[in-house]
Amino acid sequence: MTMMKKLLTSAVASALMVGGAQAEMSDDTIKIGYLADMSGTYRDLAGPNGLKALEMAIADFGGKVNGTKIEVVSADDRNSPDSASSTVRRWVENENVDLVAGMVASSVSIAVSKILEENDRLGIISGSAASSITNEHCTPNHIHYVYDTYPLANGTASAVVKEGGKTWYMLTADYAFGHALEGDVTRVVEANGGEVIGTVRHPFPTQDFSSFILQAQASGADVIGLANAGADTTNAITTASEFGVTQSGQTLAALLLFLTDVHALGAETAQGIQLTTGWYWDMNDETREWSDRFMEETGVRPTMVHAGIYSSAMQYLKAVEATGSDDAQTVRQQMMDTPINDMFAKNGKIRVDGRMVHDMYLAEVKTPEESKGEWDLYKILRTIPAEESYRPLSESKCKLVNN
Amino acid sequence: MSMIFGVPLAVLSGQLLIGIINGAFYALLSLGLAVIFGLLKIINFAHGAMYMLGAMTTVLMFDYLGVNYWVALFLAPLVVGVFGVVIEYFLLRRIAGQDHIYSLLLTFGVALIIQGVLINWFGVSGLRYTMPDMFKGGVNLGFMFMPYYRAWVIVAALLVCFGTWFVIEKTKLGSYLRAGTEDSQLMQGFGINVPLLISLTYGFGVALAAFAGVLAAPIYSVTPVMGSSTLIVVFAVVVIGGMGSIGGAIITGILMGVIEGLTKTFYPPASSAVIFLVMVLVLMFRPSGLFGKEA
Repeated sequence: MTMMKKLLTSAVASALMVGGAQAEMSDDTIKIGYLADMSGTYRDLAGPNGLKALEMAIADFGGKVNGTKIEVVSADDRNSPDSASSTVRRWVENENVDLVAGMVASSVSIAVSKILEENDRLGIISGSAASSITNEHCTPNHIHYVYDTYPLANGTASAVVKEGGKTWYMLTADYAFGHALEGDVTRVVEANGGEVIGTVRHPFPTQDFSSFILQAQASGADVIGLANAGADTTNAITTASEFGVTQSGQTLAALLLFLTDVHALGAETAQGIQLTTGWYWDMNDETREWSDRFMEETGVRPTMVHAGIYSSAMQYLKAVEATGSDDAQTVRQQMMDTPINDMFAKNGKIRVDGRMVHDMYLAEVKTPEESKGEWDLYKILRTIPAEESYRPLSESKCKLVNN
Repeated sequence: MSMIFGVPLAVLSGQLLIGIINGAFYALLSLGLAVIFGLLKIINFAHGAMYMLGAMTTVLMFDYLGVNYWVALFLAPLVVGVFGVVIEYFLLRRIAGQDHIYSLLLTFGVALIIQGVLINWFGVSGLRYTMPDMFKGGVNLGFMFMPYYRAWVIVAALLVCFGTWFVIEKTKLGSYLRAGTEDSQLMQGFGINVPLLISLTYGFGVALAAFAGVLAAPIYSVTPVMGSSTLIVVFAVVVIGGMGSIGGAIITGILMGVIEGLTKTFYPPASSAVIFLVMVLVLMFRPSGLFGKEA
């Protein structure tokens, strides 16, 4: 009889719990839309493996939050804001998507966040670089999770200037992201007593950098700064090494490099390059353990974006669980109130402007002698504390910040 | 230091040389297109994909079979050439004699399929290919640092270009080829296997693209998408030179490399558009191209 009683009580209790939670839920599913470049230039840093990371998070959560099932839909944004906008509009207006995750090209993220604001849904941006996403383009409906151009410039550029790289020559990708990064770098270089003596803005994308490298060599600058991304950066680095840039005493500073880029270049070509990253797979037991699981799923080591997608999805699901709600503002507030402590970040905080602020790392690419495997590529030189990394709220132009 | 329009002469000479090197790539690629169009009247939109296949084959043969650069220089074009013959035999042959648009769409579709499948397998970050040891380093020419490998690119590309031009324009085999496409029935009457000749010509054309791919492997990121952006530029080069003109394709290729190189020096943001600007001008004043014969 006691057995029967216990069963009954727990059945009633769980029915109450589920019922209580469902009262707050808008429907019977938590639907997450994964949006990323699945086939173009930015595919490898997020792409299909980012979807795997998201699915890992959902599996770790047991596929359900408070008994409500979690579902994933995904789409290729083709790096086009137009195509991304129409997908997200369909998702939120017709398919009841609660959260949009992934998002790589900054132009895509800015366009999507406007739609999320109109419809009051939530977005977590993991792949984009532009710091303007939580500055002039901030909305109460998105969170920018992994990194942005502000700490990239802060970390790498200030380290290089302090090591004596006083004069800079910039190779900049000729579109919004490149211009933003160039601006942030110029500010940091000048603040540290250096000077940008020349800039060349190259078309996006460019295959042959020999002409630009030659101009940078002729400038006599101490440092050649690369304010570009993906294949543009790897092509520029390969060409620089071919034209003997480092032998002639100049330093290369790549402002945005992902693990997949360094892996494509190889330690031989990329050795000694300093870069800023939000996360690296081989930092401690926690990161290694998760990376091993990721590698079993995908066959490759995760980038900081992959790890960020997993971590942010876990934070989101925990917030839904804690509040029993899928309402964008309720969940976002809960996420802001909860410090992030997991394999991705220690004591990470989501600010009112949507910026997730956490420690960043200055890394250097290992030499072929130091590297013990094809993915053993970085040594971490310095941890850049969170408050030093990101743009302080006092300088923010975000409409949610009272300045 | 003497200056030209605010640019030191030394820098300018360097840029001219770089322009010639890039032009050598354009020449090789547009030559293959011109051969295929001139002799078979096929607009080969799979040309960029074949260039990419040449580079990918080089990297994969090295990674899995240990095939070195010199062997790859012959083997990769051969493999891709055979692949081209297969495509010609099973696909292109079925639409022979139809409007150009059919071959354009068919080859475009083939290119998308090849590219998509390879993206699925290898991603887009690029495969690693180490420069052969003998080409490492370079020589200081006074006005610029000239990597040995870039010098080799000019030599190899020009040799192959000249060889191709010579075979098609000056030898008996070339005259068969040209005659076979003019009047295939008459040529078959003379006992010449015209369908075989056509298959081989297509195979040879794409092998030229693959050869350019091998040359590119040590200096550019080898990725499944490397051909798609190059293809459009190369088409513009062929249009400027005159569709089907073999000598025209070679000369225009080098010329466009130089013009693009100079634009990169004087006004970099326009460098991706300058070739198309030239194309518009040429089409306005000489619709058949700089070296084209028929209007």
